Parts: sequence; C-alpha cells; structure tokens
Amino acid sequence: MTALLEVERLTKFFPLGGHSTLARMVQARRRRHSGADGTSEPALLHAVDDVSISVEAGESVGLVGESGCGKSTLARLIARLIDPISGKIHFQGRDLGELPAHRFARSPERRLIQQVFQDATESLNPRFTAAHSIADPLQRLIHLRGAGLWTRVDELADLVNLPRELLERYPHQLSGGQKARVGIARALAANPQLLILDEPTSALDVSVQAVILKLLAGLRRQLGMSFLFISHDLNVVRLMCDRVLVMYLGKIIEAGPAGQVFEQPQHPYTQALVSAIPTIEARPRHGRLRLDGEPVSPIDPDPRMCRFYGRGPRQTDRCRMQMPHLTPVLEAQLAACHFPGGSSTGGSDGLEDHRAAASDRR
Amino acid sequence: METLAHLRYLLAENPLTLAAAVLALLLLVGAILGPSLAPYDPLATNTSRALEPPSWGHWFGTDQVGRDIFSRLIVATRLDMVISVAAVSLSFALGSCLGACAGYFGGWLDRLGSRLMDTIMAFPLFVLAMGIVAALGNTVQNIVYATAIINLPFYARLARAEINLRREAGFVEAARLSGNSDARILAVHLFPTVLPTMMVQISLNLGWSILNAASLSFIGLGVRPPTPEWGIMVADGASYIISGEWWVALFPGAALMAAVFCFNLLGDGLRDLIDPRQRT
Amino acid sequence: MNDVPLLEVAELSVEFRTRLGTVKALEQVDLSLDRGEIIAVVGESGSGKSVTAYSIMGILDAAAHLTAGRIMFGGLDLLRVAEAELANMRGRELAMIFQNPRGALNPIRPIGRQIGDILRRHAPMPRAGVKRRAIELLMQVRIPDAERRYAAYPFELSGGMCQRVGIAMALACEPALLIADEPTTGLDVTTQAAIMDLIVELARKRRMATLLITHDLGLAAEYCEHIVVMHAGHVVESAPVGELFAKPRHPYTAKLIASTPHGAGQLDSLTPIPGGLPDLRGELPPCRYRGRCERYTSVCDQAPLPRVQVDPRHVVACRDPL
Repeated sequence: MTALLEVERLTKFFPLGGHSTLARMVQARRRRHSGADGTSEPALLHAVDDVSISVEAGESVGLVGESGCGKSTLARLIARLIDPISGKIHFQGRDLGELPAHRFARSPERRLIQQVFQDATESLNPRFTAAHSIADPLQRLIHLRGAGLWTRVDELADLVNLPRELLERYPHQLSGGQKARVGIARALAANPQLLILDEPTSALDVSVQAVILKLLAGLRRQLGMSFLFISHDLNVVRLMCDRVLVMYLGKIIEAGPAGQVFEQPQHPYTQALVSAIPTIEARPRHGRLRLDGEPVSPIDPDPRMCRFYGRGPRQTDRCRMQMPHLTPVLEAQLAACHFPGGSSTGGSDGLEDHRAAASDRR
Repeated sequence: METLAHLRYLLAENPLTLAAAVLALLLLVGAILGPSLAPYDPLATNTSRALEPPSWGHWFGTDQVGRDIFSRLIVATRLDMVISVAAVSLSFALGSCLGACAGYFGGWLDRLGSRLMDTIMAFPLFVLAMGIVAALGNTVQNIVYATAIINLPFYARLARAEINLRREAGFVEAARLSGNSDARILAVHLFPTVLPTMMVQISLNLGWSILNAASLSFIGLGVRPPTPEWGIMVADGASYIISGEWWVALFPGAALMAAVFCFNLLGDGLRDLIDPRQRT
Repeated sequence: MNDVPLLEVAELSVEFRTRLGTVKALEQVDLSLDRGEIIAVVGESGSGKSVTAYSIMGILDAAAHLTAGRIMFGGLDLLRVAEAELANMRGRELAMIFQNPRGALNPIRPIGRQIGDILRRHAPMPRAGVKRRAIELLMQVRIPDAERRYAAYPFELSGGMCQRVGIAMALACEPALLIADEPTTGLDVTTQAAIMDLIVELARKRRMATLLITHDLGLAAEYCEHIVVMHAGHVVESAPVGELFAKPRHPYTAKLIASTPHGAGQLDSLTPIPGGLPDLRGELPPCRYRGRCERYTSVCDQAPLPRVQVDPRHVVACRDPL
C-alpha cells in the first residue's frame, strides 16, 4: 500500500546572494581558505539535504530538531510553498512536483495539504474577521458561496469549540487560544488529508495548550487525517505522535516510534536532546549530555563529514571522512551514526546531576 | 453600526479630532453648496466699492475690483477641494499600485518602478509641477495631473515598503495555502493592511495639494483669473498688504491654513478609524 | 541558611488604573528568598508573576499603584526607597534577566560596550579595566572566542548567545539577588538547558538568591528548590519542590500539574484547567480561583483568603486544601 506522503531525497539549498553582508563575509572566508582565484559561485546554505520520509494515512509523525535544522524548510517544501532543488514529493501516488510552487495554489491538490502555524496572531490577517479568515479557503478551494459558505463556517467553528459569537471578531479581540482555534478551523476547512502543524501550541499557555492538543488529537481520529507535527517540545511530540524524526542541520539523523526514540535514543544528538528536556517526573537520569562547541556551519558543509562532528562524545577519523547514513539500529528505529547507542556519558564536563544536587538541599 | 460607535468614541476622546471634523464638515458644505451660500456674485465687479475693509455688508471686505471676498472665498472652496481630492486620488491609486507591485514581486518591476520614482524625486517637486503645467497649459486638469505626478513617489515608496515588510507574514503564507493566487493575495489580503498607514499620507497630501495648487496659481501658472481660487486671491492681495489693505490676502490665506490644518488632523483620526486594531 | 531572608515580600498589593477600570493585579502577595536560594514563581500568563518581579525591581509602569505591602531587601523597604537610591541598587545588588534576549540589548551597540556601561555605572574603574572585566564576564558565561566577540553586535549572535550576554550584564556587579523573567522562552531545548545550567552554576558559586519566573513547570521542577504558585494575582501555594509535586495541596496546583505534558503520561491523562482567569477589574471574591474550582463551597466566600501552614515551609491559600 502506498503511503499517503512519500518524500524522496528532497534537497533544498539557498544560494547566499552576493550582496548581503553575510554572503560577503562567507565569500571572503572561502577565498581565504581555498587560497585561490575566488570563484564567483555563490555560497549555498544546505537547509534540507537529501531527506526521505514517508507518512501513512492516519499516522501522526513528529519532526523535531533545533532552530536552523531545516524542519521549517522541510515543512514548506512538503506544503509546496517552495520548490526543492532536487528530489520528489509523492502524495497519494501523484507527483506534486509537476506544478511549480507559485502555481500550486490553483491546483486541485492544494486543498489536500494544509498547515497550522506557530504564531496564530501572525497567521491571521489583522483586517479579516475570524469568519472571513475561515471562509477564505472555502471560497478558494471548494468554491462555496452564499448560505452554504457561512453554514460551513459555523460548522467548523463548532468543530473546534469556538463559540459562534466570536466569529465576528478581529484577531486582536481574541485570546491566544481562540486565535489558535481559528487557525485550526481554517486549516481544516477544505478537508485536507495531511495537516502540517508547525509548533501549534508553543505560543500558548500551558492550560490552553492541553485543550488544543486534545482537540487536535480528537480531530485527527474523527477526520482520519495524517499529521506532520513539528515541535521543539519533545514532551508534546511524545504525546501526539506515533513516530518521530529527528533532524539536524538538514539531515534526518534518527527515526523511529516516538516512545522508543525517547526511551532509547541512539544518536548522540538525540541523547543530548532527550537529556535536556526539563520534566517534573522524577525519572532516573544518567546526567546531562552536554554538547560541545558550535554546530558545523550549514553553508557549504563538507559532504563527507558527519554534520555532528565535533559536538558529541566521540570524534573519530571515520566520522570526519564518511558521512553516516540512516541505518536500522533497533527494531523499527534508525540512526545516522557510526557509533549509535552507548551510554549517555557526558561531554567534557562530565556527569552532573542537578536533581541530586538540588535534593541535597531540600 | 460598530463603525459609528467607534467614530463617536474617537471624536469624544480627542477634542482636536472633533475640531478638525467640524472644520472638515464646514469645508464640505462650502464645497457642495458654495455658490448658493455666497451673498454676492463672486465674479461681479464694482470698482466704486473696491478695497473696502470688512463690514456688515461685506464680511471679509472687497478686493481691488470690488468683488466680495467672502463670496469668492466660499465659491473657491469647491475648486480647491476638487483639485486636491482629484490629484490625491489619482496619485494614491497609481502610486500605491505601482509601489505594491514593486514591493511584492520585486525583480525588474521593482527596479523599473524605483528608478522612475527616483527620476521624479530628483527634481524639486514644485519646479517639476511648474514645468508640467507650463508645458501642458494652464488648465485645472493639468494642475491636477501635475500635482498627482509629483506626489506619486510618496505613495509608491510607502506602499512598496509596507508590502515588502508584510510579504513573508504568516497570513500571507496561509493565504497561499488557501489557494489564493499572487494577484489576489496582493489585492485582497495585503493591500488592505497597508491602508491605515496610507491614510495619514493621504491626508497630509490633501493639505499639500491645496497648497500646491494655490502656489501654482499664485505665480500665475494655475487657475486663471477671474476664477476664484484661494491661491489667486492671495496673489491679488499680496501687493496690497503694504498699503494696509490686509484683508484681501489674509482671509484666503487663513482659509488655506485652516484647510491644511484640518486635513492633517483628520489624517490621524482617519487612521484610527480604519485600523481595526484600535477597536476595543 | 541565614535566619533573616535576603528578600521578603509581604502583603504586596498592586493596582493598575486604566481607562477601562482598576485592575487589581496583585493582592497580598507573600514570598521570601534566602541568600543562595533558587525559587520559581509559576503561573499562567496574567497571574501576576511579572508584576511581582517588576515591583521588586521598582520598574513598574507609571499606571501602577501600590496599595499595600513591603518588600524588604537587606533591611531596606524597596517600595519606600528614593528612586535615586533604587537606581543605584539596580544593576549592583538587584539584577534582572528578561524574556526577550534580543530585546534587552541595544542593537546598535557592541555587546562588550553594553557590559561596560553597567560596570562604569556601578563599579567605576579605569577604562582598560572595564574592557578586561567585560571580556572576563563573557568568558564566564561561556561565550566562545570572548576577546573577538567583545566587539560583536547583537545581530551577529544567536538567541542563546544574546541571553548569555544578558546574564553577563546582570551578573557584572555580583548582585545579591537575580530575577530571571522567563529567560529561556523561545530558545531551543539544549540551549535552554545550557542557559539554566549556567544560571544555576553561577548562582551557586556566588550564593546569589535567584528568582525564576516561568510558566514551565518542568523547568521549575528541574532547577529550583522552592516553588511559589500564583493565580490571578494571588499566591495560592508555596512549597519545596519535592513536596509540591508529590502532594500538591491547592486544587489549582494539582490541575496545573495535570495539564503539563510530561514524558510518562498519556494524552488522555492530560487534563486542561477549566475556565479562564477572572477579570481583574471590578468586584472580586476573596478566592479568585472560585470560578474554576470544582471543590467550591459557600465557605470559600468568607473573606479574607486564608493562609494555611500545612508544613514548615508549605503554605496554601485555600479553605479546603487537598
């Protein structure tokens, strides 16, 4: 059975134009290091590098990683807001790359993939009422008009538990949770099959977050959608997702069932990530895995070197000269590392258990 | 209904806005009903009663050929209003379109548009207006065109900057996801968000356009006598200030001042009214 | 631990006079902090945590009115100290780190100079000394290549680095009290951990009292020894961290804990808190949690809000604690 979404070797580089200060700095540095003629090729930012993922119908897949890892770019590629440099995106067996991104808005496939944004305030037009914002995709994607249109808007408001009176309000008259609901209603308007959620609750208060998360989970069951859930909050991803993908500097470095990846992270980056999550649970902890140094630059990185080189507990020649690929490590879990697993021994700072130190004082 | 309530709230909050609104209303009444309100025929000369100071018979006195200044002032309201509104509307429509497209699409359109605007701005604007009217001829139409052209860059630049700022906003991406084409996004989603800032520019421009038309007429390049227009009236009166007949220039000058003042203040009020964020 | 707390906030009540009514932002807020202690003030947005912090620092908005209370800091009542004296203390004995790291830095001034500004204001020393000390501070907050980064502008730094600069600025004069207002919002998880580790390490080393304001219970649990829970301008519970999570006594605290996603739970066990914060203008009942509490009975309407000492360091503001 073909997966709902099949992404093959997707790559997106951003050329750094010659005029920005950053580009000039980078080019100057390249010239210094390469020593020679100073090529006129622009430097390339490797935002998404050879990524392949798949999402089944009805599945919820989490995408985690830190800022700059490329998860937002990947989301925008899948949502067909931008075009990849190479690679394919298949949705329900069809190749979505036939139409370029700027023409995709008018294709019949547009309504199948929708997105809920992180900052609901930013994602709502300040001059549109909530009703208008929700009605827009209905008009553009399903061509509803008149009474039918407003009935459907009301239905969607009910679906997301937004009181109907609030539909006439402007975004600045709504609370954070209400705006989030409007954003969700709008995303669901045209019955998408895949919903991309980019940090949908990170701007919300913890109590509102709980409500919205339950709402989303309920809607997914009810409407049979798939989720691509992007978040930096691993606790949330664990609750909401069946599978999780971990991204680092444009590459997927670990993949597997959500619970398993968090319980037994195999890639040192995932281990550091998991050990850094603050939690109120009194879990037995092996200490914080510190990340050393700075990340490798995403601009023209060495194609043979592991992107994580220099930050983890181990740095061998093999790490420097052979890019690791995603290989199965445990059952259903893959990691891109030459030395996966292992205990999470700390970095150069050694073990430090704050819990223990803090509990001494209690 | 909500707009009216908000309007009432705005006017109550800020006495200056209220004063400006009242003044604007007066100007509007003057513009619409001008000729019917004038006690005398604005063009009727009466040299025997030339240069009479303000009195009960002639509230604002008479000018050098005996015409009643008050009547001329009122009738001139319509002309000055029409010129400035027409010029600003034209300028706004054309300039903001150009600027919005340049800001949204970038590329050659942006480069071309910007260079065009730079060309206009390279000239001292009033001199450019003079040049245009001198070349095309002394008609009210040409004054409107000239004023519109020299004001284009303000709208174009403002629109370009504002659109550029919001081009990557979340709601624009959401609009793309909702199936809106680029043209629709620009016209329906983005442009309205730029309107509040434009409002202030428009009102400032209205005042400026009146001054521009008056200045052109003052130097003889605008409206031709005997058509009553504030600028011409000030020009007529300028030579009489020294000899002590102050009223010939003062009243039209005051009218100009009041109109500009009124529009500037209204700009702020208008922006508050249109920007939904100000609504509570 | 000393007998006299370093900071003691007693019965702090603050109102904001606005066009739309008087907002009773804080009512009878108590909290105390010993030298070297790290406590967290947690609550939803709008609960009054930031107002409390700003009151301590004396940087409240002009519309704020103090209606009651004292803030005792080393024997001085900060609320009754002259502004000039308070300005001297700010930066020197009292320091604050803000939520938006970039927002707290001047975008057109190199970071080293900004640290220098604080040093010059509070600890006059020869110019060469200022630069040296600033670089030292940058190294202490683990900014790599500190010598070169001295001349860097904020836009050249990441969010995490900007926050480190903020910490360096706050700690420049070795204050006795540090208030950290949501210092890691918007930062990545690993950066957050590194920043919190840094704050705690420096606090321990200098025996600096630290007040962490956060809405993230996990963060509070991880790094703090004592937690003060606020709701709608009231302190509803105050307890050592272990006790608070093992056995919360206020219904709001219990609900707050139950609504936080954490590793072991299931989505179904995530329970949202019903209702919303009450409108803080107009008439308010003694217990402001009344509208959202399922344990409400008529006895809850008796004024004033009680303070029940259930354990030596554990106080609950409830007539019928769990």
